[in-house]
Amino acid sequence: MYYNVFKILKEGLNDNKGWKKTWKNPEIKKKYDVIIIGGGGHGLATAFYLAKEFKIKNIAVLEKNWIGGGNVGRNTTIIRSNYLLNENEAFYEFSLKLWETLENQINYNAMVSQRGVLNVFHSDAQRDSFVRRGNSMIINGADAELFDVDKIKSIYPFLDYDNARFPIKGGLFQKRGGSVRHDAVAWGYAHAADELGVDIIQNCEVTGFKIKSGTCIGVETNKGDILANKIGCAVAGSSSVLMSKANMNLPLESHVLQAFVSESLKPFIPGVITFGAGHFYISQSDKGGLVFGGDIDGYNSYAQRGGMDMLEDVCEGGLALMPTIGKARLLRMWGGIMDMSMDGSPIIDKTHIKGLYLNAGWCYGGFKATPASGWCFAHLLAKGDSHSLSENFQLDRFKNGYMIDEKGQGAQPNLH
Amino acid sequence: MIIDHPLLGPRDASEFIYLGDASLLNRPKWDEEKSENNFYKYLYLRENVAGMHKELWFHQQGDRSWLVISRNTVTHEIFKVELATEFKKNMGKSND
Repeated sequence: MYYNVFKILKEGLNDNKGWKKTWKNPEIKKKYDVIIIGGGGHGLATAFYLAKEFKIKNIAVLEKNWIGGGNVGRNTTIIRSNYLLNENEAFYEFSLKLWETLENQINYNAMVSQRGVLNVFHSDAQRDSFVRRGNSMIINGADAELFDVDKIKSIYPFLDYDNARFPIKGGLFQKRGGSVRHDAVAWGYAHAADELGVDIIQNCEVTGFKIKSGTCIGVETNKGDILANKIGCAVAGSSSVLMSKANMNLPLESHVLQAFVSESLKPFIPGVITFGAGHFYISQSDKGGLVFGGDIDGYNSYAQRGGMDMLEDVCEGGLALMPTIGKARLLRMWGGIMDMSMDGSPIIDKTHIKGLYLNAGWCYGGFKATPASGWCFAHLLAKGDSHSLSENFQLDRFKNGYMIDEKGQGAQPNLH
Repeated sequence: MIIDHPLLGPRDASEFIYLGDASLLNRPKWDEEKSENNFYKYLYLRENVAGMHKELWFHQQGDRSWLVISRNTVTHEIFKVELATEFKKNMGKSND
C-alpha cells in the first residue's frame, strides 16, 4: 500500500475503512536466500536495503517478540554525525545522509527533524578537543560550527552560563543533527521491506543454528527449522546469547542504559543539547515531553531496567546545565540492553562460520546508525565482502590490534 | 542493588565500581606458546551470560576491597558475595 496525501483525503471521506495492514503476517517458507535475525531497526533496515539496493529476493526477518520492541523503541531518538575518528565519522555521516532522504525511500513519515545538536563545553581544554572534533567532521563531509556563548544564549537563554563549577564557554553545533520518531523508523522500514516482498515473522525465536561442516545452513526456531543460504544476526544486546548457540564468545558485554521522559510542557527546547561536564543529553519531543538520558548503569544486565542512583546522576547533570527543568515531573523511565563492545565501536562482519554474519557492538549509539548499519550489513550479506565504510568494523580487530577506540578507554566496556 | 559486603554488611551498589567478569582473575601465563591468543581471549572475549554471573566489584567508596559477586543479570538478584582474595584462594579447590 502506497501512502500519499490523496490516499489520506480519500480515506478521510471513506471513514478510514480502506487502510490495509502496514505489513503482512506471512506463512514461513522452508528456505530463504537470506534470513535476518532481529526485527529491530538494524534488522529491518538490512532487509529493506537487501531487497531495494541489492535486489535480493526471498528474505525473511525473524523477531522473537514484536518488531521494534527492543532498542529502536527505547532510545532518545537523536541522530547526529559528530565523531572524531575517521572510521566512525565517515560511517555516521553516511548514515545522516540516509536519514535525510529516508522518508521518501520508505514512503513513511518518520518525522525526521534536523533541529540541530549542540554539545556545550566548559573549559579551554574541552574547547580545543571540540574544535578538533569539528574539524574531523568537516574533513569527512559533515557540517560543524563553533558557537560562542552569545550565540548559544540567543537560542537557549535558560542554560546556567555562570555555573560556579561548570561555566559554559561555548559549544560545537551540528545543524543537520536532530531527532527522529523512533517507532516510525521500525514501522517504516517494515512497511517498505514488506512492500518489496520481505517476510516479517514475529514471535519467532531462534533457538539454535544448523551448522554442517563449518557452514551455517539454517536456524532452529520455536516455529520449526528454517533453511537459508545466508544468515545475518542483528540482535543488539542479545548478541552474546544468540551467538553462544554457535559456540562463539564475542568481544561484548550487555549493559542497561536508561532513558527518561517528563510530563508535556510548552515548547522551549528547540534542538538537542548535551552537557559537556557530565553525561546528560536532552531534547523535547513533538508531544512536549522532555526526553533525556545519561550514562549506562555500568554492570552487566539483561533486565531492561536500571537503578535509581543513575536516575539521580542524570538529573544532577540536567540541573547543572539547565536548572529550569527542576520543576518538571518525571513521567516515564525505561531501560534498553546495550551491546557494549571492547573499543566502543560496532562490528559488521562475517564470522568464522560460513554463511553466518554478525551486526553488533553498537554500544549506545545504535539508533542514529540504523540506515548506514542496514545498508552496510546488506552490502556484506549480498556481496560477501565489506562495504568500504564498514570495512574497519571487523570482528577480529581486537586480535589484530586495529581497535577504533573513540574515547581511548581500552577494553573496559562500561567506560565507552 | 544492595551488596551484602562480607565485612561491612549491606551497602548500596552505588558505592562500588564494576570491573567485569570474574574470569579476569585468571590471568594467563605470559611465557607459554599460545600466550598471545590466550591474552586476546582473556582481555577481549566475554561469555556475557543472561543469568548467573560471577563478577568483580571494587568497594571504592568503602574499604577499597575487591569482591566477587554472584548475581543474576536478568533479575539483578545477588546470591553470593565473597572477598576476591578468598575467592582466588578457593578457585583451585572446587569446580566453580
